[in-house]
Amino acid sequence: MSSENGSAAPTAAPPSANGTNGHHKRVEEVQSVTIRFAGDSGDGMQLAGTQFTNTSALAGNDIATFPDFPAEIRAPAGTLAGVSGFQVHFASSDIHTPGDALDALVVMNAAALKTNLRDLQPGGILVANSEGFETSDLSKAKYKVSPLEDGSLKGYKVVRVPVTKMTREAVAECKLSPREADRCKNFFALGLVYWMYERSLEPTLKWIREKFAKNPQFVEANTRALKAGYNYGETVEVMPVQYKVAKAKIAPGTYRKITGNEAIVLGLVAATQLANKQLVYASYPITPASSVLEGLAELRRFGVKTFQAEDEIAAAGVAIGASYGGAVGVTGTSGPGVCLKSEAIGLAVMTELPLVIVNVQRGGPSTGLPTKTEQADLLQAMFGRNGECPAAIIAPQSPGDCFDIAFEAVRIATRFMCPVFLLSDGYLANGSEPWKIPDVAKLPKIEVVNATAPNSDGWTGAGHESGAEGEGGSTGKFLPYKRDEYLARPWAVPGTAGLEHRIGGIEKQDVTGNINYEAGNHEHMTRTRAKKIENIALTIPDLAVTGDADADLLVAAWGGTFGSVTTAVERCRKNGLKVAQVHFRYLNPMPKNTADVLKRYKKVLVPELNAGQLSWLLRAKYLAPAEGLNKIQGKPFLVSEIVAAIEKALS
Amino acid sequence: MAASATPLPTLTTKELTSDQEVRWCPGCGDYSILAQMRKALTTVGVPREKLAFVSGIGCSSRFPYYMNTYGFHTIHGRAPTFATGLRLANPDLQVWVVTGDGDGLSIGGNHLIHALRRNVDIKVLLFNNEIYGLTKGQYSPASRVGTSSKTSPGGSFETPVRPLSLALAAEATFVARTIDVDVQHMVATFQKAAAHKGSAFVEIYQNCKIFNDGVFEYATDKSVKAENVLYLEHGKPMLFGKDRSKGIRMSGLKPEVVTVGKDCGLDDILTHDEAAEDPTLAYLLSRFAHDETPNVANPFPEPVGVYRSVRKPTYEEQLEARITEAAAKKGKGKIEDLFKAEDVWTVAE
Repeated sequence: MSSENGSAAPTAAPPSANGTNGHHKRVEEVQSVTIRFAGDSGDGMQLAGTQFTNTSALAGNDIATFPDFPAEIRAPAGTLAGVSGFQVHFASSDIHTPGDALDALVVMNAAALKTNLRDLQPGGILVANSEGFETSDLSKAKYKVSPLEDGSLKGYKVVRVPVTKMTREAVAECKLSPREADRCKNFFALGLVYWMYERSLEPTLKWIREKFAKNPQFVEANTRALKAGYNYGETVEVMPVQYKVAKAKIAPGTYRKITGNEAIVLGLVAATQLANKQLVYASYPITPASSVLEGLAELRRFGVKTFQAEDEIAAAGVAIGASYGGAVGVTGTSGPGVCLKSEAIGLAVMTELPLVIVNVQRGGPSTGLPTKTEQADLLQAMFGRNGECPAAIIAPQSPGDCFDIAFEAVRIATRFMCPVFLLSDGYLANGSEPWKIPDVAKLPKIEVVNATAPNSDGWTGAGHESGAEGEGGSTGKFLPYKRDEYLARPWAVPGTAGLEHRIGGIEKQDVTGNINYEAGNHEHMTRTRAKKIENIALTIPDLAVTGDADADLLVAAWGGTFGSVTTAVERCRKNGLKVAQVHFRYLNPMPKNTADVLKRYKKVLVPELNAGQLSWLLRAKYLAPAEGLNKIQGKPFLVSEIVAAIEKALS
Repeated sequence: MAASATPLPTLTTKELTSDQEVRWCPGCGDYSILAQMRKALTTVGVPREKLAFVSGIGCSSRFPYYMNTYGFHTIHGRAPTFATGLRLANPDLQVWVVTGDGDGLSIGGNHLIHALRRNVDIKVLLFNNEIYGLTKGQYSPASRVGTSSKTSPGGSFETPVRPLSLALAAEATFVARTIDVDVQHMVATFQKAAAHKGSAFVEIYQNCKIFNDGVFEYATDKSVKAENVLYLEHGKPMLFGKDRSKGIRMSGLKPEVVTVGKDCGLDDILTHDEAAEDPTLAYLLSRFAHDETPNVANPFPEPVGVYRSVRKPTYEEQLEARITEAAAKKGKGKIEDLFKAEDVWTVAE
């Protein structure tokens, strides 16, 4: 209950008089704060974190979040395995990451303290539920003595709060069972944190009213718990200061908070609506991709068709069948699911049908780390099929960018008649940031052309001279593999009279699509399929190099590491180092100027959450002097880790 | 489509024949199935461009190449999934799935079950020759116990799948069996499957001349066929035998073969009701297997024809209904609204 200042400052409130509420409170303005809520997986920490994020976003801060939770739905209460955390970074400036070290840590029990304390910076605020440190909690967390008592926390500002008792008292009149009453604990803790950072309770109160509209007693209880937490902070003066983070200066516009998976949902729906195409999303539930299926299933009123398949293979088959039928077929999964889909993806390559494969990557191999992030499926997307089997690969760089990348996936798949891998990851999928709502009129146009008439007129290739023999042998027939300037084949939708044709996985003669096993034809078709994918580069932007033009070091990355890499490069440049940066949103094909860019730098540093997959590609394809900075821990990069690698590379 | 006053389109078998050379072994039962399919489709009233054949892998799965319709030769066992996607995208099409016993029951067993239970409006033709043909003669999940093959030296000992029992257990709304040489019966069965709204499952006994020749001889040989095959007719008593004197009677929960006039009267004979909502009797019929009763005095005949034909909402109808319902309830979605479905805030200039 007492406040304990690690820097040996007195626990009494300082005499400063610039408080805003009539108390002797000091309000200190800070530029950014990183806070983490940690507790049991049943403690509602994800919810508390999300509410804090929404409130901060609505208050005009820039935000970035990092939810981190165990694969077990409910590991035994109080154990180290069951700790769930939600980290929020909110700032008055432009930020790209959920933050490295924590300014504040809220822990509901001893296990949460044990697993999270290492991330709290010296002098940081530790809010501890003192009732989560009973003997049994300590033993489950493998503490011999309570860390709240043994002086080991004296480097931090410790705020002990009997959260359970206070919550029970707050909701005493709400006629809840003891279990239900205890479930309001997270709102008490949240209320306290709202007080610490001068946040408005209103967005959360509104959320509570809507969420529990059918259970008035829950509305009442959670409201009371939240307010009790806030008032406790104010009355008991648990902290000598309150902190305030001003609004961020961000571009004018209307914003909402968005996670990567939410952005994929919106991007797929918007892209297909603007292309005037049916969206068929076929998927099998898998972490961390499931929320895309769930999100799209909610959007039936947009005409979206979702299909929960019996397995991953079926999901891919349904998506490809839908594309064959004229819709935009999309299948979403995570890495292990891609393994199962790979034969079907090969068929889509062979039959040259549009297909979007959303892979929300997680730690592998096999079941790996289901809830942890990794970006180790790049080479799987590149090579993970039998035969010479090229597919397009693109990757979003932030949660909001998932929207634009989903658009690109639909555009490339339909324009080039090919499978497109959209490589997101668990970090982007669950992390959130403010997203400027785009003007629908200014969104890119996706013009999909379906064949409507026979196309053999003027074709004089094999089989033509022989007259009526062989499909396409005469004029007035449809040639399913007659290609356009990019080598894309026409997309004829079944139901169109006069264009009846057969496709399949057996090698086919170019132009006619007839089965063909000739040696020369197979080589021709293999090279043509590869060239078609390379031609995508003719329609994508060049790599944009940022940073110092005269740098010796280029930092090249892809996917969800964009935020930490960018922040690290900016920090190094502020410190006087010369560094350039490129970020690959297009992995296959890579932008046209890739070779030119790589050639300009003596050193290329490639930070990746894998053992060196982009490095491998850059070295193999461009003979670039790529050196990897590789982290394979199921966790995103800390900015400091990349800064250290840049400093080392330039030392 | 049905309400149209214009006459239904008719096709010729020639129009339904693609220019690709058919490459099955001489004498293969597949030739007959192909010919009867073309014949059946001349009168079902679906124009060529609205027909699609989707197949997996195996001898039977070359089928789409020989039909001058839309066709998709996919991957092993997965044809029902591609067919499902095709129907989701394009509910106007009549979609046929062509599969074999290896393709459909082994590698693709799971997809078969789920397509049928969902009642996706696809017509699945299972060419059953009880052997793997394209991989050159290994036993299949439908091979009867004792089948001697390259991978079952000394005879197979796995319990075979009964395709119709499986389809009925999956609650398929249309289930039938026919035989490759029984051409008129096959045409009629295909036409009934075509007319069925919902998933239709048709098992076709198909002779593999090379690797399993004569496995269905008991059902095709004119000298024994009448004793071994029961032709199911809706609303008619289940009679069979050269002079149609034998019939199926229920004794409690057990069926038995009886002779009419000797053991019982005609009224005691079970009447076939393909429209029965409850699939229990149809399932019971699917248990009649020739090979299991070779030494019994009164062996059960194998029923051919339509076991079950009931109308239930299809997957596609229900999905469309949900879409219409959602649009009616919350309004047809506009992208602008979608973007602003969460709390928004505005940053001023």
